[in-house]
Amino acid sequence: MLTHLWYSERARSWLIQGLLLGGVACFLYWVCGNTAANLAARGIRVGYEFLWRTARFPISESVIPYSPADTFLWAFVVGIANTLFISLLAIVSSTVVGLLVALARRSGNPLLAGITGGYVTAVRNTPLIVQLLFWYALATTALPAPRNAFNPIDGVFISLRGIFLPQVHLSGDTTTFAALALSIIVVTTMMVGIARRWNVPLRGALVMIAVVTALGAVAAVNDIRISVSTPELRGLNFVGGFRLSSEFTALMLGLVIYTSAFIGEIIRGGIDAIGKGQWEAARALGLNERKTLSRIIIPQALRIIIPPLTTQYLSTVKNTTLALAVGYPELGLIVGTVINQTGQAIESIVIMLAVFLTISIAVSLVMNRYNRKIALVQP
Amino acid sequence: MTPIEFTPSLLVDRRATRPPPVPRRSTAGILFGDLTSALLTIVTGGLILLAAPAIAKWAIIDAVWTTGNPSACQQAGACWAFIADKLRFILFGVYPPEQQWRPLVVIGLVLLGVLMTLAPALWGRRLIIGWTVLVAVMLALMWGGFLGLSFVPTSRWGGLPVTLLLAVVSLGLGFPFAVLLALGRRSAWPVTRFLSVFTIEIVRGLPLVGLLFVASILLPLLLPADWTIDKLGRTVAALTVFAAAYLAEVVRGGLQGVPVGQQEAARALGIPYWKTVCYIVLPQAIQKVIPPLTNTAIIMVKNTSLVMIVGVFDMLGAGRSAATDPAWPAPYPEIYLFVASIYFVICYGISRYSLWLERRVREKDYQ
Repeated sequence: MLTHLWYSERARSWLIQGLLLGGVACFLYWVCGNTAANLAARGIRVGYEFLWRTARFPISESVIPYSPADTFLWAFVVGIANTLFISLLAIVSSTVVGLLVALARRSGNPLLAGITGGYVTAVRNTPLIVQLLFWYALATTALPAPRNAFNPIDGVFISLRGIFLPQVHLSGDTTTFAALALSIIVVTTMMVGIARRWNVPLRGALVMIAVVTALGAVAAVNDIRISVSTPELRGLNFVGGFRLSSEFTALMLGLVIYTSAFIGEIIRGGIDAIGKGQWEAARALGLNERKTLSRIIIPQALRIIIPPLTTQYLSTVKNTTLALAVGYPELGLIVGTVINQTGQAIESIVIMLAVFLTISIAVSLVMNRYNRKIALVQP
Repeated sequence: MTPIEFTPSLLVDRRATRPPPVPRRSTAGILFGDLTSALLTIVTGGLILLAAPAIAKWAIIDAVWTTGNPSACQQAGACWAFIADKLRFILFGVYPPEQQWRPLVVIGLVLLGVLMTLAPALWGRRLIIGWTVLVAVMLALMWGGFLGLSFVPTSRWGGLPVTLLLAVVSLGLGFPFAVLLALGRRSAWPVTRFLSVFTIEIVRGLPLVGLLFVASILLPLLLPADWTIDKLGRTVAALTVFAAAYLAEVVRGGLQGVPVGQQEAARALGIPYWKTVCYIVLPQAIQKVIPPLTNTAIIMVKNTSLVMIVGVFDMLGAGRSAATDPAWPAPYPEIYLFVASIYFVICYGISRYSLWLERRVREKDYQ
């Protein structure tokens, strides 16, 4: 009977799987027991109550308002917002630069192709963290002091203390204006979508003119005035204007230079994979080079490009955690600070892991949907 | 099974298989042939003419080469003298200076292992045993504590040997786990499939910095209180898990490329599952994924630099702490350029080798 069971493949497979599951359960039980014992020995209480306590540490820069009087929860939210902001900015600019890199490497010009080739090789074969630290070192040691800041265009100053730009201020009833402007844009986008669905012909230029007129009318009603403040040197630093910190500048520069080398290679690979016949056929039909590229080659190449590009976007989001090496306060740095301040290591790390898993899954979903949309439809 | 030799020369006129001749153009024609290329040439050339003299002035003409005089580095120009002065510290960290021949031998042993691996003729069981012995000897040399070698704790290890050891050990330890995970992911059993997919996707969804945090902060909490794993060991654990998840996806790609018939034939011959996997499926699968495997190796070499974040003293960490010497004017850009160039030599070497292998495989036309 027992030998019969052993030779039955089904019985054996379930036996082995049961043992495996039991082993994993035992391991988890052991780990949890250890953790409970260790936490009890150190007198750490696990729980998320600390999130509602006052954080009391400063965050050097953030895309949403923050002060040390806010809660730990808000500090985490600020970290997440900074991570998302940096990721989005890095992804969009690297895609644009990456396309230029791919086109430059493919161009018949040996000087340009050689230079971009060298750039891609150098960047891809060195660690990102070393590159980030290098740019940060340049931004904090090689640039001039504010007193003799580099001034390429009027109102723009590049110095050790960061890059200073003119800032646009809006005065008047800005909240109503922002709400109305946002609703105008959302409604127009929805209307254009519906019109497309029903095959209503639309003139892009006319839609643009209508939107701009509506925005202008709303601005006039709410008495919006635009004023520009330029940075001025006062004492040892600049006053007024908009400041990009050295950390932010170094981080963006490093991330974009690194990521666009990879994206450039992905795009180049996709374009190269399209048969020569497509180029020749387009030329035979009288399309010029730019139209061939934008109407014939790129749409087909996208099918090859999208899967590796998705992976690259995901690793870019993960790479933003290296910002903690240059001291830009993204989620990783905030988690590190919170652990130092409170000792709530498990909770903070769980938050960090949950956020990154959510971002990863969200990016995968969006890109998979896009991929399905452009995939070859075979009847 | 010997492949059937097929000689096309008997059947096809060779001239018909040649590519059409490419029209030759003069250099001037390529550079200034039409308006776009002329503009591109002028703009790129202009940028080069602007940047090259400034870089050359900083890196060569104004640079300080004479060692022993930190104050010479105060003026503009690269401070290469600093790199020369601190070379031993950047390469070996705080390893006891009179014992630094040991890490030097370790670097030599890594080179020996790499040379061993280069020839595909040597691939096989002997290579695995060879690497295991080499790594054991390297670790023993670094630790010491026998044959009159003084004991050196891992907290004093540093520099290039740590970088190389981290890469080699995490890839080597990660590979068996990767094979298990890949097999589990392709298995028909739901439990193994779920466990593998879960592990792989979780690890791949996380940034390495997060994993290093988990290893350095959480691991001591998760293990019994009397188990003490030092910082380096915890870092190796994180890198191994990371490497295993990424290698698993590469191996899975290879497994997918092996025809099902191979496994079915082995089954029909009565060969047990593990023997089928080890002697029939895996060798074919791995041969298919050598380029992405070398790519993962490059990624892991580059990723070892992240251990600096949790305070492990690798080459980058050693370089940074060398720059804190108050006698010198903190020449950070020079240090990062130096460290980056060492990484570049390693990674560029691996990628060139991978290209060569790929070409060789294509020429010999396995399958």
